[in-house]
Amino acid sequence: MALAKRIIPCMDIDAGRVVKGVKFESIRDAGDPVEIARRYDAAGADELCFLDITASSDERAALVHVVEQVAAEVFIPLTVGGGIRSVDDVRTMLNAGADKVSINTAAVHEPELVRRAAEWVGSQCIVVAIDAKQVGEDPARWEVFTHGGRRATGLDAVEWARRMVALGAGELLLTSMDRDGTKAGFDNPLTRAVSDAVSVPVIASGGVGTLQHLCDGVTEGHADAVLAASIFHFAEYTIAEAKAEMARQRIPVRPVPDAVIESAHD
Amino acid sequence: MGTIAVVDYGMGNLRSVAKALEHVAPKGARVRITDRADDITGAERVVFPGQGAARDCMRAIDAHGLREPLLEAARTRPFFGMCMGLQVLLAHSEENGGTDCLGLFQGTVRAFPRDLHDGHGRRLKIPHMGWNSVHRTRAHPLWNGIAETACFYFVHGYHAAPEEPDVVAGTTDYGRRFCSVLADANLFACQFHPEKSSRDGLRLLKNFVEWSP
Repeated sequence: MALAKRIIPCMDIDAGRVVKGVKFESIRDAGDPVEIARRYDAAGADELCFLDITASSDERAALVHVVEQVAAEVFIPLTVGGGIRSVDDVRTMLNAGADKVSINTAAVHEPELVRRAAEWVGSQCIVVAIDAKQVGEDPARWEVFTHGGRRATGLDAVEWARRMVALGAGELLLTSMDRDGTKAGFDNPLTRAVSDAVSVPVIASGGVGTLQHLCDGVTEGHADAVLAASIFHFAEYTIAEAKAEMARQRIPVRPVPDAVIESAHD
Repeated sequence: MGTIAVVDYGMGNLRSVAKALEHVAPKGARVRITDRADDITGAERVVFPGQGAARDCMRAIDAHGLREPLLEAARTRPFFGMCMGLQVLLAHSEENGGTDCLGLFQGTVRAFPRDLHDGHGRRLKIPHMGWNSVHRTRAHPLWNGIAETACFYFVHGYHAAPEEPDVVAGTTDYGRRFCSVLADANLFACQFHPEKSSRDGLRLLKNFVEWSP
């Protein structure tokens, strides 16, 4: 088999709890990150992403505790992002058990942070998250935004991606702010422009509503991994269904455990 | 049950490795993260992880006085190398402009070339990051209960190229075919991260902690 394209469920964490509800059958506590992470691992998720949306810094410590608990029980890669501002923040998350730390706004304010963090902990642990919006049609152009898509930076997304990789980013998490929450599919031209421009893996994010969208992210967007939230959280589709569809379209995926397939046929 | 020593020479976080071993270790076994030579010498089993660059790893091994205890353990007791803990078992690495390593096996650690392409002509990303399968070139007790189709989690920009074909126990394809598992008598080493490879990785570790070579 070739290297599998990864499926990454993403959870928003507020004060140590998963928010925007996860609706698994028979789950005891829909807000418990450990239980949800365990479920996704058992279901065949290739990696997990926690995005901290906690507003108050007092509650940020809760995230560290969550990461510690999940890493002690769930043995697949874990990326943690949201509010990372310093090399110390990066280290705190890695020491808690995260495998990769995602830097977003702080990279725009201080690009050197990416270089310092990569030098200290290795590029393989540093993900740069890029939120982009289309600003030109012909030729297509995308601009980097911060603050949840509200603040323009004037930076060209493809150029920014190249610069972040040159500084030491080991992976890029690319979110289309035009598509995020729309369920209209990834912005595949954006994903493709960035993925083809850099040597490191690119995770496509923003807009997944169907299994075909996941496939398109790989085949049209050239993504190395696809990130989704609501279609998995609300049990619209299972990870097994997503992988079955990707495999049908000849996209290499890591097989889900047999037990998961069997229980799906019950 | 004796102690399982997880060798800590300052190259990366070993918490996940230790937690995964604790998860599968039999009752009474003790998992100890250690940078002390006498802990390695006294352990029943030795797990040798590692990440980062080859030169930093070799310097850290020597700074902690761990070269001889590691070589002794690798020759005599159940020994599991992971990722960089596989690469530095070879004689030499191309990384950092050339780094001499432990030399337990003849051969060189080579960089993936930048111009590798997949079947569709697309340039392959470096590092090789994600889940890939392992083609077993021979049977080994550590694969017990693990399907041939199992995938494991890899993150690396360099790969081992041992000279002696007999020590290669598994290969993986990424633009080229490389040695992803080395095995020799009481030693087993893999390029992937079993502690991040879900059920199959845990099963591999379980087989290791129960292994009597």
